[in-house]
Amino acid sequence: MRRRAADWIPAAFVFLGGIALWEGLVRALDVERFLLPAPSAIVETLWERRELLWNAGLYTFSEALGGFAIGCTLAVLSAILLSRFHRVGQALMPFAIAANAVPIIAFAPITNQWFGPLNKTSKMAIVAILVFFPVLVNTLRGLTSVRPSSIELMRSYAAGEVEIYRRVRLPNALPYLFSALKVATVLAMIGAVVGEYFLSSQEALGFQIRNSAALFQFELAWAAIVVASVLGVAFYAAVALVEHLTMGWHVSARGES
Amino acid sequence: MTEAAAAAVSIRGVSKRFERGNVLALDAIDLDIGPGEFVSLIGPSGCGKSTLLRVIGDLVQPTEGEALVNGKDAHRARLDRDYGIVFQDAVLYDWRTVARNIGLPLELAGWDRGRRTERVAEMLGLVELEGFADHHPWQLSGGMQQRVSIARALSFSPALLLMDEPFGALDEMTRERLNGELLRIWHELGATVVFVTHSIAESVFLSTRVVVMSARPGRIAGIVEVDLPQPRGPETREHPRFAEHITEVRRLLRSGGMEGL
Amino acid sequence: MSNAAAAAPLSQRRRIDPLPFLRSAATSLLLLAVFWALWEGYKWLGERVGIDWPFTVNERTMPHVHEMFGQLFEPSRRNGPLLIDVLADAALFTAREAAVGFALGATIGFAIAVVLSESRLLQRGFLPYIVASQTIPILAIAPMVVIWINPKLPDPLAGWGAVAVIAAYLTFFPVAINTLRGLTSVDPRAVELMRSYAAGRWSILWKLRAPASLPYLFTALKIAAPAAVVGAIIGELPSSIQDGLAGAILNFNQYYVTSPPSLWATNIVAAAVGILFFAVVAVAERLVVRRAPENVA
Repeated sequence: MRRRAADWIPAAFVFLGGIALWEGLVRALDVERFLLPAPSAIVETLWERRELLWNAGLYTFSEALGGFAIGCTLAVLSAILLSRFHRVGQALMPFAIAANAVPIIAFAPITNQWFGPLNKTSKMAIVAILVFFPVLVNTLRGLTSVRPSSIELMRSYAAGEVEIYRRVRLPNALPYLFSALKVATVLAMIGAVVGEYFLSSQEALGFQIRNSAALFQFELAWAAIVVASVLGVAFYAAVALVEHLTMGWHVSARGES
Repeated sequence: MTEAAAAAVSIRGVSKRFERGNVLALDAIDLDIGPGEFVSLIGPSGCGKSTLLRVIGDLVQPTEGEALVNGKDAHRARLDRDYGIVFQDAVLYDWRTVARNIGLPLELAGWDRGRRTERVAEMLGLVELEGFADHHPWQLSGGMQQRVSIARALSFSPALLLMDEPFGALDEMTRERLNGELLRIWHELGATVVFVTHSIAESVFLSTRVVVMSARPGRIAGIVEVDLPQPRGPETREHPRFAEHITEVRRLLRSGGMEGL
Repeated sequence: MSNAAAAAPLSQRRRIDPLPFLRSAATSLLLLAVFWALWEGYKWLGERVGIDWPFTVNERTMPHVHEMFGQLFEPSRRNGPLLIDVLADAALFTAREAAVGFALGATIGFAIAVVLSESRLLQRGFLPYIVASQTIPILAIAPMVVIWINPKLPDPLAGWGAVAVIAAYLTFFPVAINTLRGLTSVDPRAVELMRSYAAGRWSILWKLRAPASLPYLFTALKIAAPAAVVGAIIGELPSSIQDGLAGAILNFNQYYVTSPPSLWATNIVAAAVGILFFAVVAVAERLVVRRAPENVA
């Protein structure tokens, strides 16, 4: 059910209230300013250092995007393969679930050793591994959660495996896939930034955040974080847009998911 | 087993208009149900029979008019827990055993564990599900789940039993069997029953009176007095008057706007 | 829905059937062996043929699996304690932070969900922010959170307290959202039933909504538990906390060249901690949530 504009009013109030409170508190409690700067100070820094932040943002975003592309492609291909060989898929499920529980980001130093810390590829690799498992698990679920009667119907039309994939399994998997992709965008951006905490090129956003925080330049640190957040949201929104365009017909796209 | 005192139900001029879509679900319904009666409400979809049932149970407030249970208004009757209700869906809690499901209203009424256990055992006997006390709802068949639901509704010996198409989701054979069991329970308890159904045969088999309702807006199209001998059993379905009553009900349904009958 | 066949005596059905369990355990072991073989095989091939892409394969980049595990029983540094002791201490340290944070976040998340479930107005006011809090990459601001909070904490909590806060932040969101969904998606007829028993708001919450929301809660907890571990590890990074897993990772990363398997062993231990947290929640779910077994086609 589409939200009426009026439904957003309570939320808008909370938002404006929150910002006002933040600004007010920071001005009142002078002590805190250098740790948690006023919104106005952050905006100012965003503007002043925009070139640096923009470049860093692009750098990190390219890592996120690259890892996202690699990881998701591999995951979808694997999911298709595993859905075909059902029993292998079932046997591997516990491993995929366990892999999801592993703190993958902790492997960043290892990818640094493989590809070099200053190389974008090391961060892309971590992002790829990070997004691989959730996308795999969800897409697999989407491919295999088809009602048996749908499959039976196709067989009654003498449809082959490829046809069944094309007409039934893949369309059925799309909502699951997109839901996983949206989660992956968030993971990708965070993974890229946090991966950079372990060591990275100076051009990276993560480096900026850590570095400026260590130098007590908190306005810059927060500004960099704002850039990371905005890029993350934009990434998510882009995928959501693609979802809407390809799946506008689907029930879940019409309402709150 | 304590005899439940039977309740009389009075419905005076009850109308219900729903704001959404400005729908008049019930239009000035007047109905008196005597204590110990078994009354069915039957009618086409949207005739308001379920709504009427909920008005009696104070789960829906009428726009006009009032419903009285034993002289009390429906709200008071609900707070005094004067009735038990059974839905088409058994609505059992998966995380409780059968015994704890049946004991739920007793818990809420503050009964202590000893009394509860005793009563639950009685109820299980009544619906013939002894031995299933520690099962979970999903381990039972649909018919068994409904029996648990009935046991729960009767656990505090209400004077009034409200039933909203309780057997609608079951297959015909289970349905007929449960019809028989329900009548047996009704005889044992002597409570008043208001029973909503879609099935003409069921309404005639079970009831002392069948109230036929018309299509929206809901009005009473007519009432059929079912004078078949009690206690009723499978042989009742072959009684000559059985088919006649069915025809009567059908005729009223047609006149009330139900086509194709 | 099960039929009369399921009406067998309860005691018989509760016994765990050993055969399928053994079979799947055997399959898992087999798969582990396959992964091991793949690793060693790729390594062997890589060193023989000189594979250069995506990365050079040699002793440094791909230690033997048995070396990784064997390293645990070697001294962590010259004349030092065994690696496994060092890592066990580090793991315990990090696990404690994560557990405290997890418990804190879960409690707060649950409380938020209960409060919001009672009022649609509150939901509309606050839900978008709770959702938006996800867009703040808490892991990204970990450095600042830690620097900010640490000085404020009383002594016993200093150092690791801030890290627990990060873990809590990562936990509260999924718990709040999922529990809220569970509390509000109760069958309306179950609510009608409660009203027919003249049950008050509190009874309805306690006896109906809360138990009904348990499956949703546990789904969230299974997501949050590993997240809390990640949060703890990342939180330790900037704090220059040496005692935890992050410290160990950074340390063995620094000295990687002298002993590559040490870093791998550390990562294996970190992975084990994550899996353990998840497993504990999964087992708890089995015990607490008694529902119809899920059908996976």
